[in-house]
Amino acid sequence: MAQARKARPISPHLQIWRWGPAMLVSILHRVTGNGLAFAGLGLLLWWIGALASGPESYETFLNYTWTGEGGGLQAATAFLGKVVLVGLTWAFFQHAASGIRHLILDIGAGYELESNSRWSVVTIAFSVIATIALWAFLLLR
Amino acid sequence: MGNGTSLGRVRGLGSSHQGTHHWLTSRLTAVGNLVLITFLIVSLALLPDYAYATVRGWVARPLPSIALILIMINTFTHARMGVQVMLEDYVHEEGTKIAAWLLVNIVPFVGAAFGILSVLRIALGGA
Repeated sequence: MAQARKARPISPHLQIWRWGPAMLVSILHRVTGNGLAFAGLGLLLWWIGALASGPESYETFLNYTWTGEGGGLQAATAFLGKVVLVGLTWAFFQHAASGIRHLILDIGAGYELESNSRWSVVTIAFSVIATIALWAFLLLR
Repeated sequence: MGNGTSLGRVRGLGSSHQGTHHWLTSRLTAVGNLVLITFLIVSLALLPDYAYATVRGWVARPLPSIALILIMINTFTHARMGVQVMLEDYVHEEGTKIAAWLLVNIVPFVGAAFGILSVLRIALGGA
């Protein structure tokens, strides 16, 4: 790509466009997807690996991600762990909802301005409500 | 290839004949993830507690262990494709492109292999 070295006029990026629901959901889809890919799958492997390795490993996993027992570092990471776990469940719900929206867009439906905006907002509303409902169920039962 | 026009540089190379494979596979694995991760979240949420014996006992059962092995294959495939598209959009330097190419072609397979082995160790009752 020898030609691409010079500074070429580039298309307008994030700071130029007026924000709208579809743009926000598109960005969130990429952010949540990559968050799930790196943090989510990393945590999944830590969890299943610790579970396979025995009670002590599983205890260590829980200390670092949730309970914070056993020292200063665990207390700090356990707080972070709660933020990450709640964030990951929200990221899954958001990515799943906007993913379903993408599957519908793939068949050619939902491109009218008003319905496109409306369903974008619905994905955000769904992810927030589903996250609150899940953690309310987990923590209050 | 020389530094010809954009058209000149690609003329004669032909189609790769795999234009839809990446797109279609990411959709198929997306539907798989909807089923598998929903199963995982609902199952974990319904566990009575998160003690070692409880969680390990759940993973060791046939349906959860099959689901978890499928999750290791399906999520890593889907994540690999999504991360690849993200890197294609943002990584433009030749050196970092090679590093990115190595990343998406090695790390997901290592991760999935580790995950599958862990599930098997639990399911087949090893230490």
